[in-house]
Amino acid sequence: MMSKAVSKMVEVRGLKKYFIAERGLFFGGKKWILAVDGVDFHIEKGEIFGLVGESGCGKSTVGKLILGLLKPTAGRIYSDGQDIADMNGGEVRKLRRRMSIVYQHPYSSFNPRMLVRDIVGRPLETFGIAKGKEKDELVAKALKEVGLNPEHMFRYPHEFSGGQQQRIAVARVLALNPDFVVLDEPTSALDMSVQAHILNLLGHLQQKYNFSYLFISHDLNVIEHMSDRIGVMYVGKLLEVATREELYENPLHPYTRFLLDAVLVPNPKRRRKREILGGEVPSSINPPPGCRFHPRCPYAMDVCRREFPELVDVGRNHQVACHLVSRK
Amino acid sequence: MAKPLLEVRGLKTYFFTDEGVVKAVDGVDFDIQEGEIFGLVGESGCGKSVTVLSLLRVVPSPPGRIVGGKVMFEGRDLTKISEGEMRRIRGAKISMIFQDPHSSLNPVFRIGDQIAEAIQLHQRIDKKEVPSKAAEALDLVRIPDPEDRMYQYPHQFSGGMKQRAMMAMMLACNPALLIADEPTTAVDVTIQIQILELLKELRRKRGASIMIITHNLGVIAEICDRVAVMYAGNIVEQADVVSLFEKPKHPYTLALLGTFPGAEKKRGELTVIPGFVPSLVDPPSGCKFHPRCPHAKSICTKEMPPVVEVGEGHTVRCHLYEGGKR
Repeated sequence: MMSKAVSKMVEVRGLKKYFIAERGLFFGGKKWILAVDGVDFHIEKGEIFGLVGESGCGKSTVGKLILGLLKPTAGRIYSDGQDIADMNGGEVRKLRRRMSIVYQHPYSSFNPRMLVRDIVGRPLETFGIAKGKEKDELVAKALKEVGLNPEHMFRYPHEFSGGQQQRIAVARVLALNPDFVVLDEPTSALDMSVQAHILNLLGHLQQKYNFSYLFISHDLNVIEHMSDRIGVMYVGKLLEVATREELYENPLHPYTRFLLDAVLVPNPKRRRKREILGGEVPSSINPPPGCRFHPRCPYAMDVCRREFPELVDVGRNHQVACHLVSRK
Repeated sequence: MAKPLLEVRGLKTYFFTDEGVVKAVDGVDFDIQEGEIFGLVGESGCGKSVTVLSLLRVVPSPPGRIVGGKVMFEGRDLTKISEGEMRRIRGAKISMIFQDPHSSLNPVFRIGDQIAEAIQLHQRIDKKEVPSKAAEALDLVRIPDPEDRMYQYPHQFSGGMKQRAMMAMMLACNPALLIADEPTTAVDVTIQIQILELLKELRRKRGASIMIITHNLGVIAEICDRVAVMYAGNIVEQADVVSLFEKPKHPYTLALLGTFPGAEKKRGELTVIPGFVPSLVDPPSGCKFHPRCPHAKSICTKEMPPVVEVGEGHTVRCHLYEGGKR
């Protein structure tokens, strides 16, 4: 990483997204899903920020909010220090080109009746970057860069394996030459050996082009392998943010500790008695008051049941939202 | 060593499709001992799931058929016995839990009734005792308030609880062998640990043998006693879990271990295996791994390697180790 003065690629402050779960038939019996409920973090230029959490914790929603694919209920999103909400249409369009996403299941983000040439090339036309022959050249270049054959552009997406489809999705992003990419569980649907290919590819491209990534995953091994800094989410809240080394060596939040303790390593000699975290992840509809984790937390105190702890800085580029820590 | 609980020899299961014969399982040998946790690891399409479907004789047929080999269980060859006899083994003596518990539970029946059905089907027991047996089974898999929970429907259970309810159903019949096909793939990390601990506890309390099918090397390292690595319809290496992770012999095993991201690698490059998993209709000649193998010699392209013993209970199907070399 460069000097401390590097500017922030993306910053979110007080980000919230509520969805309506069900509506009462006559009276206002609305139920809200608090998918993202007040999240603050930033991603530096050229940084890989890992967002980890169990299913339903709101990590994918955060990615979609940053890209403007969903409208936040509250909070601010800054790109290069500028509030996205204050931008005009043209500026937002420009921004869109610089920010992109790769999904877990690439096939569902392709039109099955389009050739790979059009899947990768259409955004180039839409953004007025290139058309015709020039566009095809850019498509070929992007395909080559992700390890596919340029001739593959005349095929349909179903003719490719899962790993190759993910490469096509990466090529589509790459062709636009973005600054920031959201990777939403990009390897969760893939086999181990294919996952290794894709992770290596994503790592290479990041180094070559100095991309910033928001890397969303539930797999702590993958997150550790890829990220510079990591945020741990639980039921719509960010519980802990730290650099990778700091988080894995010195986790402070009880939830993070349980999560790291649950990581399986490919070494049968490191089997150990684990602390089993009882209970289940609570629903984001009517989540527990106070700290979201208190019903499962062995250290829960009275205050944890009443107030959500603020995310506080504990030094060493490490923030944590836990009453136990802020007490000290 | 005592006689194994399950002995599989030369098992072959082929699928006869319009595109040709798919040799999904092409000569597989392994044993499972009493009280052992045995892991079968491999990537999608390697034949691991078809192997267990063959053990239970539930391969979709047509197009699938067991074309050779034997499966010895309690002195009988499961490939030879009648369907009626097989039915008395399935569920009662060999049970299976699938990756997706959601599709294994009937959404319109209460959890307790589904467990009760399994109990009544396989055990002669007084009808009045069935509900308490069902509650007991739910309690064993640590479902809280089993007396109330058994009257709920599957949609009222979370994913991890459904998986445990499935396990309760299997365990109510006290099988000698429990087969778990990707038991933790569809659940979150903290739930994964709960389920693995539960499996260990079952072995401890009931002495059951467990066979785990997974693509996750972490699961294997955590829970198995012995492991077989499968590639393109064959077992390429078999060993106790420590030898497999510390002294892997087959180039495929070695490569697969290198693809595991995380702590022990600290950001380096992950090993990649060049090429693709081969088609099972027209697999490569000789050793099926040879087109992707960095050590392939000319013999590898011609002859299927024999099974070579490289250590106690450690076997490998690779030409590199013939004649005790390397």
